[in-house]
Amino acid sequence: MNKYLLVPLVLFLGLVVFLMIGLRRDPREVPSPLINKPAPDFQLQQLKEPIKTFSSKEMRGKVWLVNFWGSWCIACREEHPVLMKYAKGEVPIYGVDYKYANDATDERAGAMQMLAEEGNPYTLVIHDPEGRTSIDYGVYGAPESFLIDKTGVIRFKQIGPITDEVWNNKILPLARQLNQ
Amino acid sequence: MLLLLGLCCAPILIAKEAQPNEDPQIAARMRNLTEQLRCLVCQNETLADSRADLAEDLRKQVREQIKAGKSDKEIIAYLTDRYGDFVLYNPPVKSTTYLLWFGPFALLIGGTVVLFRFLKRRRELIHEQPLTAAEHKRAEEILKSA
Repeated sequence: MNKYLLVPLVLFLGLVVFLMIGLRRDPREVPSPLINKPAPDFQLQQLKEPIKTFSSKEMRGKVWLVNFWGSWCIACREEHPVLMKYAKGEVPIYGVDYKYANDATDERAGAMQMLAEEGNPYTLVIHDPEGRTSIDYGVYGAPESFLIDKTGVIRFKQIGPITDEVWNNKILPLARQLNQ
Repeated sequence: MLLLLGLCCAPILIAKEAQPNEDPQIAARMRNLTEQLRCLVCQNETLADSRADLAEDLRKQVREQIKAGKSDKEIIAYLTDRYGDFVLYNPPVKSTTYLLWFGPFALLIGGTVVLFRFLKRRRELIHEQPLTAAEHKRAEEILKSA
């Protein structure tokens, strides 16, 4: 038999392998251009006390997690118990409660109610009423979380809910390493 | 009744987004830009077509930036800085996309080379074999008897 007859078969099998890998990847997870880049600075009102503001610059020298969420976001409610479990731990979690500019609902009230009912895992919650900061961070599928190092550089991004696995295998080990 | 409902509601839906008194030049740039950009929430839609909240906010940003005198290049850079090249329907040519851009041409050239070599080798396999005198005689006999 001509040995070249096997070439198309081998090529086909190679294609199958690539397609199999492609099928297992989540098309919603778009790689962020912000990884290893300075986190966009923001200064926003605090959720509970709007007269006070919070600036991301205050966090220089600390390793922290910023979590973008909203009371309208169903996956955020799914994530909430996991954040509650790791709240007040080694990694401070700061929440940015946001909504889209064209959404006319009262997100501040919605967010306050959700935190009152289900607990507050956040060290501090910041309010982004027009979603501008969320756009600066390239958020498109809430919840999204960013681990920021002491110099203000984004080291890790989680798209979608944080699970126990993500927290224990990715966020916590990386935060410990960055804290050294 | 349904048709009537459709007729009366359609203009309202459009009115939510369209800017009736917009400068036609801005509207044209807006259309041209948003048709090249992908909505990240519903990934198979352009930013121009999508009804997702995020798409509406991003269109608002694009419109504001056009009005602020930003160039198309600057606006596209604003979006790719945040969301990556994935927002572009027309991916840029750079080292990570060489395979995407040039792969099909490489395959075409490779395939053509393989085809020609195959044909050449096949041609070499066919050689003329002149008939011997005995064969020639036999062939003539067969032709005559036919």
